Amino acid sequence: MAEVLPAEGIAQHAWLLVVLPAVGALVLLAGGRRTNAWGHLLGCATVLTSFGYGVLLVAHWVGLDATQRTQELRGGTWFTVNALQVDYGLRLDPLSLAFVLLITGVGGLIHVYSIGYMARDPSRRRFFGYFNLFIAAMLILVLADNFVTLYLGWEGVGLASYLLIGWYQDRPSAATAAKKAFLMNRVGDVGLALAIFVIWRSLGTVQFSEVFARAGEFSGPTLLAITLLLLLGACGKSGQFPLQAWLPDAMEGPTPVSALIHAATMVTAGVYLIARCNPLYNLSPGGRLAVAAVGAITLLIGSIIGCAYDDIKKVLAYSTVSQIGYMILAVGLGPAGYALGIAHLLTHGFFKAVLFLGAGSVMHAMHDEVNMRRMGGLARLLPLTFALFSTGYLALIGFPFLSGYYSKDAIIEAAFGAGGAQGWVLGGTALVAAGLTAFYMTRLMLMTFFGERRWQDLRTTDGKEYHPHECPPVMWLPMVPLAIGSLAAGFFFASGERLARWLEPSLGPLVPAEAAAFPVALVPVLTVVVSTVGVLLAWWFIGRAPVPVRRPEPVSLPVAAARADLYANAINEALIARPGTWLTRALVFLDNKGIDGLVNGAAAALSGASSRLRLLQTGFVRSYALGMLGGGIIVIALLLVVSYS
Amino acid sequence: MSGGGLLLAMLLLPLVGAALVAPMRTAPRAAKATALALSLVELVLAGLAWAAYRPGGERLQLTLSVPWIPAFGTRFALGVDGIALVMIALTAVLVPIVMGSSWAEKLPEGRTPAGFYALLLATQSMLIGAFAATDVFLFYLFFEVMLVPMYFLIGRFGGPRRQYAAVKFFLYSLLGGLVMLASVIGLFVVSSARLGRGSFDWASLERIAESIPAGTQVWLFLGFFVAFAIKAPLVPLHTWLPDAGAEAPVGVGVLLVGVMDKVGIYGFLRYCLPLFPSASRSLAPLVLALAVAGIIYGALLAVGQSDLKRFVAYTSVAHFGFIALGTFAFSTQAQAGAVLYMINHGISTGMLFLVVGMLIARGGSRLIGDYGGVAALAPLLAGMMLVAGLSLLALPGTNSFVSEFLVLIGSFPRQPAYTVLATAGIILAALYVLWVYQQVMHGPVRGAAVLGTSQAPGAAAAPQRQRARFPDLSAREVVVLVPLVALILLLGLFPQPVLNVINPSVGATLSELGLTDPVGGQGGG
Repeated sequence: MAEVLPAEGIAQHAWLLVVLPAVGALVLLAGGRRTNAWGHLLGCATVLTSFGYGVLLVAHWVGLDATQRTQELRGGTWFTVNALQVDYGLRLDPLSLAFVLLITGVGGLIHVYSIGYMARDPSRRRFFGYFNLFIAAMLILVLADNFVTLYLGWEGVGLASYLLIGWYQDRPSAATAAKKAFLMNRVGDVGLALAIFVIWRSLGTVQFSEVFARAGEFSGPTLLAITLLLLLGACGKSGQFPLQAWLPDAMEGPTPVSALIHAATMVTAGVYLIARCNPLYNLSPGGRLAVAAVGAITLLIGSIIGCAYDDIKKVLAYSTVSQIGYMILAVGLGPAGYALGIAHLLTHGFFKAVLFLGAGSVMHAMHDEVNMRRMGGLARLLPLTFALFSTGYLALIGFPFLSGYYSKDAIIEAAFGAGGAQGWVLGGTALVAAGLTAFYMTRLMLMTFFGERRWQDLRTTDGKEYHPHECPPVMWLPMVPLAIGSLAAGFFFASGERLARWLEPSLGPLVPAEAAAFPVALVPVLTVVVSTVGVLLAWWFIGRAPVPVRRPEPVSLPVAAARADLYANAINEALIARPGTWLTRALVFLDNKGIDGLVNGAAAALSGASSRLRLLQTGFVRSYALGMLGGGIIVIALLLVVSYS
Repeated sequence: MSGGGLLLAMLLLPLVGAALVAPMRTAPRAAKATALALSLVELVLAGLAWAAYRPGGERLQLTLSVPWIPAFGTRFALGVDGIALVMIALTAVLVPIVMGSSWAEKLPEGRTPAGFYALLLATQSMLIGAFAATDVFLFYLFFEVMLVPMYFLIGRFGGPRRQYAAVKFFLYSLLGGLVMLASVIGLFVVSSARLGRGSFDWASLERIAESIPAGTQVWLFLGFFVAFAIKAPLVPLHTWLPDAGAEAPVGVGVLLVGVMDKVGIYGFLRYCLPLFPSASRSLAPLVLALAVAGIIYGALLAVGQSDLKRFVAYTSVAHFGFIALGTFAFSTQAQAGAVLYMINHGISTGMLFLVVGMLIARGGSRLIGDYGGVAALAPLLAGMMLVAGLSLLALPGTNSFVSEFLVLIGSFPRQPAYTVLATAGIILAALYVLWVYQQVMHGPVRGAAVLGTSQAPGAAAAPQRQRARFPDLSAREVVVLVPLVALILLLGLFPQPVLNVINPSVGATLSELGLTDPVGGQGGG
């Protein structure tokens, strides 16, 4: 691990990266209607300025020696009590800078797109305020130089997503989805918080540089506990099994929100956390295995469910679940995978953003319709959208030499390289899911852009005809750089292991897979074959015959299960929500009738049961005096039992 | 003068003010204005006290001590440490806000603002007395007497079941006080044996604390503990709070939950821990169990409430659990967190109480189910409720996060099991805040209180009238809430000036307990 130096030169102003969008959010949210006229412009300007500064920083960093590429910028104290010291500090290193470019770059483009997408929303200015808040929180998360400041960004992201998922607040489904997202995130947050507590108890510090330098001081079980708790945190924020259920529901927000959450911010945080804590995971094979297993399970779940949905955004959402699964799997492979996970995260940022923005453009054209069964034949009518969306599609399914081809294949290779049964299971799962990915994405393309124009005979819910039209330049222009990234970023990152070398000071050198079960060179071939099979199967099932507007019922058990999210919500409902509701009702009853009743009842009993009714009118004093005496005696008795037993 | 006069002035000003305001029955505006002006002067005095206090200096500062009842050896002695100072500051900040928010309060028939505001001032005086007293007997006096104005505030100015709630509150507290009186007398007897002649002087008693036999300490501790546990309140002694909180006028509820309940926790810190160290150490597991039970139990009950004000009261039961956990987990981080938590809880729960009060003033109903979709009609009100709610669920960036995090991280090294349970409580906190917020603010506009059918059943209100009936915040209401929003953000992002005042006193408390920090070694102070 490289030495940590104090920030100097241009890096001394790195706090601007965070402060710009934060001030943007403050102005837009506190400024009220006065800022309506130019609010969206300010919102874009802050993020794009941060991006420009980020580019300057990276350019500066490229010129630095590898040993100088990890710097800390110390801010003031946040809070301190004796040994516990929590500062506002930024850690500038290749990993955090890569994220800065992703967040502000892709995030900035999504901002610009939103000018057009949200043009008719009277609260567009507030929307941009929340967007800036999102970017600021995410930047704090990736730039923090200690666990507690990271936690500030971590929960800040949760707040911003809560506000944006619940944007259409008059819709009960949106409000519920927002709350669900926050709660499931909080389950993960508890994991992160407990990890911080364990680290503090063992080392007496929460500063990254010190924790990582002294990682060897943890005992084995402690380290396992920390890595598992961090994984729990990652699962919440990144929508990984078993906390994946909130992510598809988050589609209730406006489409740019989905793009922001899925491509540039939020769900990548879990991957970041594990990659950032690589010095801890390096020492904990058990923790790594758990991470890889969660990734493999999730990528399979996501790709299976993705095959069953008719809602274009939900398919993309489960695609995200699945792709983040790949990244988590990769970082779970340790030194052989950290850089690969980050590479896939960055390429995914491009193609998932273009896919979501493209889907938004389709919805824009189709009166906010999301059901693909009501679409069809849109390729001719929305040629630009189709072309841009196609780059994202091809990149995602791993079309040779596009972005996903490099970044996803590398993960599958590394998974096989884990060796033994573990390698076969992880690699095999990742390979199968690549086929499923090709299937559901081809299905999406066929149902949306090809085949009959099913919408011609249909009406919107408020009785209008569909008039598909191409979106304005302010919406398609931002998609162009994203499409270029989808095409070329993988090659750029992979050639000469450029990205892996860049990340070396943060993640250590990329170790090639040691114990592959069969020649690794076969993996790209295999992947292409499996993906082609997926594409062909999709054509076989969907492309040959007209798509029915009503979805077929009943269906076979696997399809029904996939349509029901593999019963994740049903399980949550049965195991947590419903018992929880009963419990709170029972407790409310108990508290009113039980504890309070006990006090009142004991008083009544002590003062003569016959006068119970009369007590309600006149006996307050005696009743409570006696009741309190009773309560006090019970407590004292308990205290004595404890202290003398 | 060593600044003790300042505390005396802070004690007397509201008391004299109460006497001045009470007779102004025919001039309600003048009564309100006088009371508000006095409370602002009090705030300035609190600022002076803050400036005069030297963190890390003497254990007790701004002291004043004059003989009072020589026969008992009791003195009229005032003084503050960092903990008392921040509590006094909290009181001084909240009282003007409460007065501003109660400006247009609809009082029950036959009641005048003069009485109401005079009682508020009297309550403030008693609270400051309790925080500033350095003589155990004097503290006991304030502890008991503060019940009187509060009893009248609830019983005369409260909601429909005010009589029931006021009596319940009074009796619970009074009985706790009586048990404490036994311990106060016991302490006097013990001190006579140790010091040669009886004393109520806190500093002298603290010096002999370690020499009191463990068994005696346990009994004396319990007397104080019961009184404080009722006041705080800890589960299972909490059932008076939802009734009192729900029936009290909103402003009074803020003072009751925001400040008066804190006297209980303050009592733990100032009396239970330093005066009975061995008993505190041996009985801590039980207190911790009650604290964690309170966190979970209070949160679950908050989720299940159908009454907005009872909801706020139960969230406080959960928060008092966190504060008690921090107090008895015995590390400077946890205790500093607990003290900071007392302030933050006063601010954020106070704000939530006020916002809920504004909601109820518009809708005329306390039932959550009578509201829906309010955000569409009153976005500013909704925004304020969200800010208060986010502070309540301890979102980082808001004030409560710092204190809750300090409590938890400080408790973990000594008490990992309890801390894990308490940390799970933050999920429940998110649940109860967002669930109530969703029901009241989100979704389509609905509910009897919003649609205007609660007072005129059967009347089909026209959409235009509905809007008129649910106005957004007035300028006065915004002025009342903005200082609280500012404090929530300031103390969330820059809490260190307050922690600098708290830290040395907490360190001293820990060393009086004979303990050091589990992480980082020294007891501090």
